[in-house]
Amino acid sequence: MDKIQILLIVVSVLFVLFVLQLTRKKKLREGYSLIWFFLGLILLFFSVFRGIIDPLAAFVGIKVAPFIIIPFLIFVTFLLGMHFSIIISKLAEENKKLIQEVALLKNRIEKLEMEKESKI
Amino acid sequence: MRVLIIVPAFNEEGNIKTVITNIREISKDFDIVVINDCSKDKTEYIARSLKVNVISLPMNLGIGGAVQAGFKYAYENNYDIAIQVDGDGQHNPKYIKKLIFPLKKGDADVVNGSRFIDKKGFQSNFFRRLGIRFFQLLINILVRCNITDSTSGFRSYNAKAIELLKDNYPIDFPEPEAIIFLKKRQFRIIEVPVQMESRVAGISSISVFKSIYYMIKVSVSIIIEFVRSNNG
Repeated sequence: MDKIQILLIVVSVLFVLFVLQLTRKKKLREGYSLIWFFLGLILLFFSVFRGIIDPLAAFVGIKVAPFIIIPFLIFVTFLLGMHFSIIISKLAEENKKLIQEVALLKNRIEKLEMEKESKI
Repeated sequence: MRVLIIVPAFNEEGNIKTVITNIREISKDFDIVVINDCSKDKTEYIARSLKVNVISLPMNLGIGGAVQAGFKYAYENNYDIAIQVDGDGQHNPKYIKKLIFPLKKGDADVVNGSRFIDKKGFQSNFFRRLGIRFFQLLINILVRCNITDSTSGFRSYNAKAIELLKDNYPIDFPEPEAIIFLKKRQFRIIEVPVQMESRVAGISSISVFKSIYYMIKVSVSIIIEFVRSNNG
């Protein structure tokens, strides 16, 4: 095991622990932590079994093994971006509903108060 | 029949008074609700001073979200008919009765006011007309329904349409998309000729730069709405 591998393993473990800690402290929702948790585990897996990289690259037809990281990263980035777009869309829809409900309720309260005043 | 006039307004301090006064001149039987879409000017103050019912959205939602709030209000208060009359003064209230008539007779579920049937009044510029023509063609191909003015918000809806749209109304540039949405669910949409005014005060919410985005967004929305499942 050389220095870089030890460094990678340490960083991966720290990353997984960081995700766990965030989730534990409820700064990150369980549902949203999964994707980061998996990413951390994948990093850890490849840091420990780095021998896998060469045959994997050869298998998909990449001549210089480290370059396999580029399509992988692009893919993960796209996936994460999509993931957040979906979450934002959902939040925006919920937000719209809340805004409408609050406005309707305020309107109703105004009317009830006016009715009450006119009775007194 | 209980009729509600939904007036969405965003920064319309220069127009809102005329709009409300004109509606009241047409008939006293209609209830009016102004949906103030978080205006930064005196729209809300002016509307309230006119003793008109105002629903003030705490954050800006855009025309679709504002009109949808109106649908929700109409639904909760059991209105039979809802009509959208924009707060910018483009929609002349004298056509309201014409818009309601087919609904009262039960001939339609939604009545769309079109400025391109009689070709009178404000006709918009050449490029907008071209865009509207394109939507007409697209809607015709997809749902076999001839809507000459799909971008018109000057519409009346019956209770059935209100109930559906209160939970399903697009947030921005909603008008053409809503046509497809309703038509796919076998709603009867007819058009009546109206005249529109060019806006009197303030600026239109659709600027020149937004127009291209508008065309692409609406075209995509129309097609997506068409392929979407009816339950979703």
